[in-house]
Amino acid sequence: MSALQPSELDRPALARGRSAADTDQKSVSAALRRAEFGDRLRTLALAAPLLLLLALSFGIPIVLLLSRAVYDPTIANALPRTSQALGDWNGQGQPDDAAFTALAADLRDNQAKGTGYELAKALNARLPGARSQVLKTVRQLEGGGDKPPLEVMKSVPFWSAPGTWPAIANGTHSITSFYLLSALDLRWNADGSLERVPPEQAIFLQVFLRTFFVAAAVTLATLLLGFPLAYLISSVPKGLAAILIVAVLLPFWTSILVRTAAWTVLLQKFGLVNDLLLWLGFASERLDLMYSRIGLIIAMTHIQLPFTLLPIYSVMRTIAPSQMKAAYSLGAMPFTAFRRVYLPQVFPGVMAGCLLTFILCLGYYITPALIGGASDQLISNFIANYVNVELNWEMAAALSFILLVFTLALFGIFARILGLDRLKMV
Amino acid sequence: MLLSPYPTLGERIRITLLWLWCGLVILFLLVPILIPVPLSFNSGAFFIFPLEGLSTRWYEVVLGTQRWQSAIGNSLIVAFGTTMIATTLGTLTAIALSDEKFPGRRIVMPLLLSPLIVPVVITAVGSYLFYARVGLASTYAGIILAHTALASPFVVVTVGASLTGFDRNLMRAAAISGARPLTAFLRVMLPLILPGVLSGAAFAFVTSFDEVVVVQFLASAGQRTMPLEMFIGLREKLSPAITAAATLMMALSIVLLIVANLLARRGQGRSAKGN
Repeated sequence: MSALQPSELDRPALARGRSAADTDQKSVSAALRRAEFGDRLRTLALAAPLLLLLALSFGIPIVLLLSRAVYDPTIANALPRTSQALGDWNGQGQPDDAAFTALAADLRDNQAKGTGYELAKALNARLPGARSQVLKTVRQLEGGGDKPPLEVMKSVPFWSAPGTWPAIANGTHSITSFYLLSALDLRWNADGSLERVPPEQAIFLQVFLRTFFVAAAVTLATLLLGFPLAYLISSVPKGLAAILIVAVLLPFWTSILVRTAAWTVLLQKFGLVNDLLLWLGFASERLDLMYSRIGLIIAMTHIQLPFTLLPIYSVMRTIAPSQMKAAYSLGAMPFTAFRRVYLPQVFPGVMAGCLLTFILCLGYYITPALIGGASDQLISNFIANYVNVELNWEMAAALSFILLVFTLALFGIFARILGLDRLKMV
Repeated sequence: MLLSPYPTLGERIRITLLWLWCGLVILFLLVPILIPVPLSFNSGAFFIFPLEGLSTRWYEVVLGTQRWQSAIGNSLIVAFGTTMIATTLGTLTAIALSDEKFPGRRIVMPLLLSPLIVPVVITAVGSYLFYARVGLASTYAGIILAHTALASPFVVVTVGASLTGFDRNLMRAAAISGARPLTAFLRVMLPLILPGVLSGAAFAFVTSFDEVVVVQFLASAGQRTMPLEMFIGLREKLSPAITAAATLMMALSIVLLIVANLLARRGQGRSAKGN
């Protein structure tokens, strides 16, 4: 561009030259922009197949699943008359008789269409005990003969109980916060405020706390085991360090399932761990390590140890040993030198390793399923259970939603303060 | 170096304790993965040491019975399919991302890595929900698609690393010499980044071959893979055949990942030299 700058001496020529240069410059930069736009499109086109495939095979499934947590039209679709009749109900006390009649008609309709069981199940999720009441009421409506539907409805106390109609009215809204709140053991009060669900129905907060506890325990254990080993590997001669690194990488490269299988063998009542504990005198009898919290934490610590260790090691090996020597020569005690010179420098690596392990632990599924007992199942196991056993997709979706929010938030912190590059292993 | 030239007693004690602790940690790391190996050659039906005798009967079960054979077959179908798609598309994407003209890399990169971060149960359940609607549940194509999402980040990262040392001027030189883009890619770029591509392929293969959660939700009874057969076996009844299967799987992943890492190192080394 500097070649286009005219001399400053000849003013008129300068003016002419500038305008000519301007148009030149404009057309050149326009052409450049066009060319660059084409290049950008070309690079985008190269990446497009994978991005499209990921959107289809991964993005849409996740969005679809999460939408199930807040969108549930089952009740609204099954109870059209009731939804209409409840349209002008203020939510206080009982709705008028028209709502009872409408519900009776909707219930009979669903029975006739064969969707009665699905409706009973959907209502039961919001109104514990509704399943049997729906089926019972439908039987009476069908077999009642000349008894008017309104009378049948009024004769079943369940339909006049407090809480029944607010729950039905809530259910007729397709967009719902019910499942997300349930996943946190919360619900809407009759007066429109949030409240804790009664203790006998509360399960999920405990499961989330358990998941966090196990993740924290495993993170701490991997740090205690991994930090000294990382330090040792970073300070021994190259050849020996390579051998030690292989000892870390071999388990790292073995699949989680295989390592979990190995631990199910080791943790048996007559397995090697119990043999060792007895021989060392740490236990006087054989312990039940399988299906226990401690067994789960031991196995998860083994699986996660390389994830914590490797980011720490990758920072430690960049620190010159001369720094510690300098600190000693300036009169620092070993502990002071370690705390004030070494630790601040390896801290990012420690953070990266620990955060990574904590995040990965939140999503553990295989190991708790095979080694944990009934009271050691983590949040992922509950999600799988709601899909496989309870067939309650909405609850599975709500738990997934919350687990994903925690995971992404922690990962956001990770990317923000440590950078994505720290994810690289070795 | 650990010890100073004139170590004090305190220093000696500290270093000894460090070695002792690290020795125990290394035992903790290695013993569990080595334990299934001798057990898989045990002739008895129990997991108790000392071993009763040497035999290959459990390998005959894994390699000889119809149930395990079909599982190995399914694993190979899924892993090869995943490797082909993930390697091809992942390499193209890595090339695109390594170009400084690529728009929005800061957004695309985290999106590409997200399958590694999202808890795998969520991926599995979501795939099950969506694939059932579009007729992909209980198909090999469905499992391969889901596995491609999990495996492709490894290809993008490995090939991306081998491209950091690749000199783009070589492509310009090829273009000036009259090579069409495809020819330039096949004859100039691909040979130089091949170690990275092969390394990515090995990572993709292992990722798919070891995966069990997605398969658990998407596979029909006839599509059970080797890890799923192991998972079911571990839940039902512990049989020594599982230790044989575990040993085989471990051997495969370790061999492939050693190759992958050597290739990745070589790829980076070569491009670095070219720089």
